[in-house]
Amino acid sequence: MIHSLWMNDQMLFSCSGCVSACTLVSFSTVLGCHPCFRLNMFSKGTKRKFSDGGEEISEETLVGARMASSYSLQRQSLLDMSLIKLQLCHMLVEPNLCRSVLIANTVRQIQEEMTHDGSWQVVTEAFCSAGQSPSERLVATEVLCRSREQDAEPKLFSVISYEGCREEEVVADETLCSVSVSDAVSNVCLAGSIGQCWEKSDVETDDEALEDSRLGSGEDEEIDTEDEPSREGPKTIGQVFGTFEIKNSSPGPDSALEELFSDVDTSYYDLDTMLTGMQSAPKMGPYDLLDSLAPSHGSSSIVSAPNCRSDLNELDHIMEIIVGS
Amino acid sequence: MCVCVRACVRACVRVCVCASDIISTVEFNSTGELLATGDKGGRVVVFQREQESKNQPHRRGEYNVYSTFQSHEPEFDYLKSLEIEEKINKIRWLPQQNAAYFLLSTNDKTVKLWKISERDKRPEGYNLKDEEGRIRDPTTITALRVPVLRPMDLMVEATPRRIFSNAHTYHINSISVNSDYETYMSTDDLRINLWNLEITNRSFNIVDIKPANMEELTEVITAAEFHPNQCNTFVYSSSKGSIKLCDMRESALCDNHSKLFEEPEDPSNRSFFSEIISSISDVKFSHSGRYLMTRDYLAVKVWDVNMENKPLETYQVHDYLRSKLCSLYENDCIFDKFECVWNGTDSVLMTGSYNNFFRMFDRNTKRDVTLEASRENSKPRAILKPRKVCVGGKRRKDEISVDSLDFSKKILHTAWHPSENIIAVAATNNLYIFQDKVN
Repeated sequence: MIHSLWMNDQMLFSCSGCVSACTLVSFSTVLGCHPCFRLNMFSKGTKRKFSDGGEEISEETLVGARMASSYSLQRQSLLDMSLIKLQLCHMLVEPNLCRSVLIANTVRQIQEEMTHDGSWQVVTEAFCSAGQSPSERLVATEVLCRSREQDAEPKLFSVISYEGCREEEVVADETLCSVSVSDAVSNVCLAGSIGQCWEKSDVETDDEALEDSRLGSGEDEEIDTEDEPSREGPKTIGQVFGTFEIKNSSPGPDSALEELFSDVDTSYYDLDTMLTGMQSAPKMGPYDLLDSLAPSHGSSSIVSAPNCRSDLNELDHIMEIIVGS
Repeated sequence: MCVCVRACVRACVRVCVCASDIISTVEFNSTGELLATGDKGGRVVVFQREQESKNQPHRRGEYNVYSTFQSHEPEFDYLKSLEIEEKINKIRWLPQQNAAYFLLSTNDKTVKLWKISERDKRPEGYNLKDEEGRIRDPTTITALRVPVLRPMDLMVEATPRRIFSNAHTYHINSISVNSDYETYMSTDDLRINLWNLEITNRSFNIVDIKPANMEELTEVITAAEFHPNQCNTFVYSSSKGSIKLCDMRESALCDNHSKLFEEPEDPSNRSFFSEIISSISDVKFSHSGRYLMTRDYLAVKVWDVNMENKPLETYQVHDYLRSKLCSLYENDCIFDKFECVWNGTDSVLMTGSYNNFFRMFDRNTKRDVTLEASRENSKPRAILKPRKVCVGGKRRKDEISVDSLDFSKKILHTAWHPSENIIAVAATNNLYIFQDKVN
């Protein structure tokens, strides 16, 4: 899976999870040393002269503001990258717990800092706004994934939430770039729903705590209680580790997803059936899943451009995968 | 330290990079006579050192394939609908007690004890069956004879003697044989279990860091090892960069450590990646038991067992990657788990890096060297040339710039002969064996 991220006029290519060569191009070190950055943020301005009072001040603050916004831009990108990593767990083999823990800790760290900044409120407000349609959110991810013409500050988007059935998922790969699914009503997501499907047939045999079977980290909770994101953060991020225990899925009150699958006999759709239903090789990981979705379905149902497809198409698309027709 | 290393390349020659051939562990046995490798496909290949012969003195001590067997097969966990990889995570040899060799090999869930034995004689002259093994008609037997052992072509067989399974919910990352030669421990992300080598249906849990609420999980165990001489002492490392030394005599469950080795974080280097790069990927006791070596993403540290607050020595492996951490995070390279090894006298450390480079640090002279394990540079008997990574702008002729490094060629697994200067380096699917220059 190939990400291309544009950051600060510098391009970054990488291949994640594959054996081919990765080339590193120089990358801004702002993210690597953020406290120093903050200390020096305004010390890098030019000296003020009395004669140029007004101009100098504005330039200094402009520089500072630009650096601040680029820092928060990069921090947001790191957050998004981390959330995507958490979400794209290998579906056939159990994901690496150490890696998941480290990524989750990074996300927690960023969220805590954003909380202190007050910028976390921006994120929560972005989602509370009823007017924001999926297409707007698509644009937001697009900015990060594609061309440098996009100058505007990208809108912050929530990658994954998995409380109940309110699932949004942003998935990026080279063909899709960004796929944003769902609004408050339909609440369907791609990989997550598939995960749901076979998790329902899990049998509880363990005495250990039953946990919600959700992949990735959740942020929908934080939307509602913006003054407790740091408390909510660990809780929802921690649901990543629910996948490692014997799980019992308990669907939330929003039963749109439930209705979708209510008449599906999940016991019938075991792993094999599901995989053969997908148009790809039997042994595939999450990256393959994403790749297989893109070419196998025409552009009618998959976004590859700023155009977004309707949620109804999305539902059809999901059903196609599940039912395997 | 003699920097001149002569290449004695014993590569597993393959035309294409087959994923199942990727070597996942390398280990010498306690005498250095045998070298075992495990791969992603669940196979174990054991090499044996050739006996020195006066006829061919230049062929001193080359390693040849001794035995190959399939240790683990892929499995499927029906309860969780997840595959269990057959990749061999670790191999540890048991000390030799008779003519046969024993090793422990483990994948994510199951540890197996394998017996490797030679057969060079076979009995002939049975009374009740003929040479092909068919039962003879009793009425045709007119005389009795005593079967005799006749020589045959050497056959090396590997048989599984014990299978230790169903004790780990999480992925096993380490095994370590105790110096009492009776017990060993297996370590997964959250727990450490103690086994008796003879008993497979029971193990004792000695460390458990699983929180009651999994959502509060922030730290995992990354490696563990028994002390080489004290059978009650072991250490385990964590993803937060700490090492805990435990004494099994204190309590049955060693959740409370006896010693905690942790270096306070350098505030000037603080970043979002600080925790990830401080995660310890390997911990090894020195042969003497006096020192500990730990490997995190960028450095190797030597600790004195008696001093907990800071390491004795720190060696930078590839500090030029510090400015590339975000990219390495994106392509997941930042999660690579490099191993580290001591030489026989505890004076030299070795660990791997990217671009098929590996590094050696001499603790006494404080000199270090970067070498490359690659086909082009390793003609048999050729002396390895030290390599250098150029960080700044001006690149000299032989140097390689940071941006040209190939991050898919990583050396994670290396091994050092217990007494001689022979090293084994696993580079993806190739095994390189290098020896010290001999005049």
